[in-house]
Amino acid sequence: MFWATACAMPPTPTIDRHTAMTEKNLLTVKNLKTLFVMDEGTSTAVDGVSFTVDQGQVVGIVGESGCGKSVTIKSILRIIQKPGQVVGGEILFRQAGGKNGADGEVIDLAKLDGRGKEMRAIRGNQITLIPQEPMAALSPVHTIGNQLIEAVRLHMDVSKVQAAEIAIKRMAEVGMPNPEERMELYSWELSGGLRQRVMIAMALLCNPRLLIADEPTTAIDVTTQAQVLSLLRDLQENHDLAIIFITHDLGVIAQVADDVVVMYLGRVMESGPVDDIFHNPLHPYTKALLASIPSVHGTTRGPLPAIEGAIPHPFNRPTGCPFHPRCASHIPGTCDRRTPVLVAKNDRQSVSCFLQNDAAEED
Amino acid sequence: MTAETAVIDTSDAADAISVAPNWKLVWWRFKKHRLALVGGVVLFFIILIAAFPGFFSTQNPSESNKNGSFIPPQSIVLWDKGPAFYAFAVNGARNKRSFRMEWTIDPTKKVPLRLFATGYEWKVFGLFKTRIHFFGVANPEAGQKFHLLGTDRLGRDQWSRLLHGTQVSLSIGLLAVFISTILGLFLGGISGYFGGIIDMAIQRLIELLQSIPPIPIWLALSAALPRTWSVATTYLAITGILALITWTGLAREVRGRFLVLREEDFVVAAKLSGCSQMRIVFRHMLPTMSSHIIAAVTLAIPVMIINETFLSFLGLGLRPPAISWGVLLQEAQNLQSVALAPWLLLPGVAVIITVLALNVLGDGLRDAADPYH
Amino acid sequence: MLYYIVKRLLILPFLLFVFSVIAFLLIQAPPGDFVTSYVAELAASGSSMDQIQIEALRQLYGLDQPVYVQYFKWITRLLQGDLGISLDFQKPIADLIGQRLLLTVILGLATFFFTFAIALPIGIISATRQYSFFDYFFTVFNYIGVATPTFMTALILMWLAFTELGITITGLFSPEYADQPWSFGRVVDLGKHIWLPMVILGLDGTARLARILRANLLDELNKPYMEMARAKGLSEWRLVLKYPVRLAINPLVSSLGWYLPLIFSGSLIVATVLNLPTIGPLLLRSLIGQDMFLAGAIVLSYFGLAVIGTLISDILLAWLDPRIRMEEASK
Repeated sequence: MFWATACAMPPTPTIDRHTAMTEKNLLTVKNLKTLFVMDEGTSTAVDGVSFTVDQGQVVGIVGESGCGKSVTIKSILRIIQKPGQVVGGEILFRQAGGKNGADGEVIDLAKLDGRGKEMRAIRGNQITLIPQEPMAALSPVHTIGNQLIEAVRLHMDVSKVQAAEIAIKRMAEVGMPNPEERMELYSWELSGGLRQRVMIAMALLCNPRLLIADEPTTAIDVTTQAQVLSLLRDLQENHDLAIIFITHDLGVIAQVADDVVVMYLGRVMESGPVDDIFHNPLHPYTKALLASIPSVHGTTRGPLPAIEGAIPHPFNRPTGCPFHPRCASHIPGTCDRRTPVLVAKNDRQSVSCFLQNDAAEED
Repeated sequence: MTAETAVIDTSDAADAISVAPNWKLVWWRFKKHRLALVGGVVLFFIILIAAFPGFFSTQNPSESNKNGSFIPPQSIVLWDKGPAFYAFAVNGARNKRSFRMEWTIDPTKKVPLRLFATGYEWKVFGLFKTRIHFFGVANPEAGQKFHLLGTDRLGRDQWSRLLHGTQVSLSIGLLAVFISTILGLFLGGISGYFGGIIDMAIQRLIELLQSIPPIPIWLALSAALPRTWSVATTYLAITGILALITWTGLAREVRGRFLVLREEDFVVAAKLSGCSQMRIVFRHMLPTMSSHIIAAVTLAIPVMIINETFLSFLGLGLRPPAISWGVLLQEAQNLQSVALAPWLLLPGVAVIITVLALNVLGDGLRDAADPYH
Repeated sequence: MLYYIVKRLLILPFLLFVFSVIAFLLIQAPPGDFVTSYVAELAASGSSMDQIQIEALRQLYGLDQPVYVQYFKWITRLLQGDLGISLDFQKPIADLIGQRLLLTVILGLATFFFTFAIALPIGIISATRQYSFFDYFFTVFNYIGVATPTFMTALILMWLAFTELGITITGLFSPEYADQPWSFGRVVDLGKHIWLPMVILGLDGTARLARILRANLLDELNKPYMEMARAKGLSEWRLVLKYPVRLAINPLVSSLGWYLPLIFSGSLIVATVLNLPTIGPLLLRSLIGQDMFLAGAIVLSYFGLAVIGTLISDILLAWLDPRIRMEEASK
């Protein structure tokens, strides 16, 4: 019955924003903006990103490297380090804390101190992270057990022995063979797949409401990848978890996600349910991304379609729509002058493109 | 939008970065290090002095004066109700009990000074004779004397001795580092490039040498030098002893670099396109490492300077009549001398300033050496 | 772990052998042999030795035999605890250096702990508060610490104490305890005197170690495990102390291999200036006076201290870093 173990809840100031969130919304990100202010110039890594994650829903964020996916989730976790800073927007999160697993109050994470007590009580407890490279994310000079127990005891008032029990149960749950023995090992003594399982176990320790997986399958081989994905899917169904899944791999998205957010240069290009995005893409960028997936059914050995051009230098963002220099169907005079905003196209999909609607950012 | 405007300004810079050659990147990064730039400028002046100590001296550094021992420093007056250039004279009187000369500054008597004054004869680079000095007493015929940093036990001019000591100490440092760089480059290069048994052997030798505490060995080796050797021979021997023990650090640095570079794509590419090993090492690998080596060398010089000072200070390095910072500081070895004439510690200040300048410069170079870091 | 330590211990005899050869060569370096110098020294001090005694001495040192036999005889006597006789002092060398060796080790260890106690916090604060006032202040402090030769610090402090306070700060004991056997009062007296040479000796090392730690720590602070630990909800200070400091200390520990020997032999110069009763000034005196058996014994003591220092750092490193333990065990 360890799922029911409630993590320690600190008193937190809450904001009444029920108007902004419906009951099933767990996380609502609105107009999130994160800057990196450096000597060489200011780079806008996240530029007005908005999306929502519902209870028990898997949201995939896709985009090429450098599109701001990682910065977005680091902003949500409030672990952006200098010279980066979250400068605007809201990150509304519905906390746990009510009786019998009922919802607690809604809190704006963007208003909290990233290093402060309240944020730290949420981080690693209600919102957890599965990192990209488990090898680099684990300390090479501390045992697995040491790092797991630490994570438990940060949020639960339990003894070391109890914490170890919790950790071992979680390790068993994520399919780690001989979890007791593995507690004494160091990260570099495990295989890549097992290391990632350790990270997943660590993320689940405190019964999180929201799991953020930052390209969790990039650093491991394809077979193990499939195992990790199905494990995540199982855990999600069993515990009704909400997951934000970040990847540049559209195939992975198709397997795991319910909703998809397509990002380019720090902005959301398009978002909506996975079926609509895959079968009825509205944004030229989404279309181009989908076209570049190699198909096993393809008969000819022709070249793979690729998106023309390269991602611009972060200090050298194009004016207007960030994608227009690489967009085959951009409207000269419009796309290069005005910046489109994300608006709902129908009741499911939203898109940010002048080919679909005329909504532009005010200058 | 502010982000956008900043972007336009830097776009040219971003393009420039992608095409700049390596040395230019190093220079750009180095320029940002204000402290390192200051270190470089200070070092420039120190080298200038080391090149022409005679020009900046006011008196023959070996000329002693038994009636002029322990004269305190005479400061230069540059402003006296208008621009001025003179110093106050000193009056000496022998203490009846201790028979020591005691000096007082006489504010009524001025010693006029001038730039490009005529003084004792010295040789430019030991070749051309001249009597011109940067500054000095305006009319030496009148028997007036001026000691910017006072005099020592034998009445020798501390300022002029300090400048000549600069030449010796700095050149010993440079020469010793030069020798150990050659040794280090050679053995480190072989070790890093070929690897295998050669690498093993050289690495074990380096480890063995590094496990020997250097100071007792330095002392013992220097003590074994015959006292009858001339100043020049001792100078070379001391340089050799210093270099012999310090090349190991440089060799390790070079080896480490080689090991990294050997795996780099451009070295593999050169190898595959059939370049000879010599060409790969000298044309491809060494130029890439040069900024690292320059930084390591710059940081090794101050170590040598301090070690020479140690040896000479303890009486086991250069010996009088040679003049080096260590030899000068020997005069300040006991409390009595220091209490009587604190200005005898000033050569130590010269050591500190020089070492500081070299370290700051070396650190700046080292940081700049990795432009892609 | 055990395997690792045994492996280190096995290299020891070899190292000591090489070092003893070096020390022996030093003894052999000056012209003339020991017995001739000894007889001359005796004659100078007014006593003499008959021919039979001189021959016996020659026999003992094997002076008429090849160098390697002489070395063998010397090392055998050494292993039996007979270090020989000092020409200069006319006393057995073991009596001369025993007490001084102990004080050298005490001073070295005191300096060592002082250095770490100061360098660790400075390095951590400088790295975590990069470009802050503290960082700049300590950067300047470190540069000056490295640039100032230890004997300069000693001279300046001695001079200031003499002119400003009117006290002489030399030696490790007050005169009344200088030649006394060990007692509680003597230990207290040592404690009262040791801090100054400790601080002087430690300044240079503190500056160096703090700089190394700062650089290592800055590297570690950008590693992904930092992000992960933050994502766990760890507070910034606990995080820094548990992970990056722990990892940044490893290269620092391996620098002990050279630092501890350096303190022992580096104390030589300060000891000379401050007139401390350690083996340093004795080495200097013996070298200048060509008292080579004494010099050889002291040089060998320094080598021994260096070997022990390296060994301590190796073991410490293996204890701290599981990767090294594993790597060594798997070979």
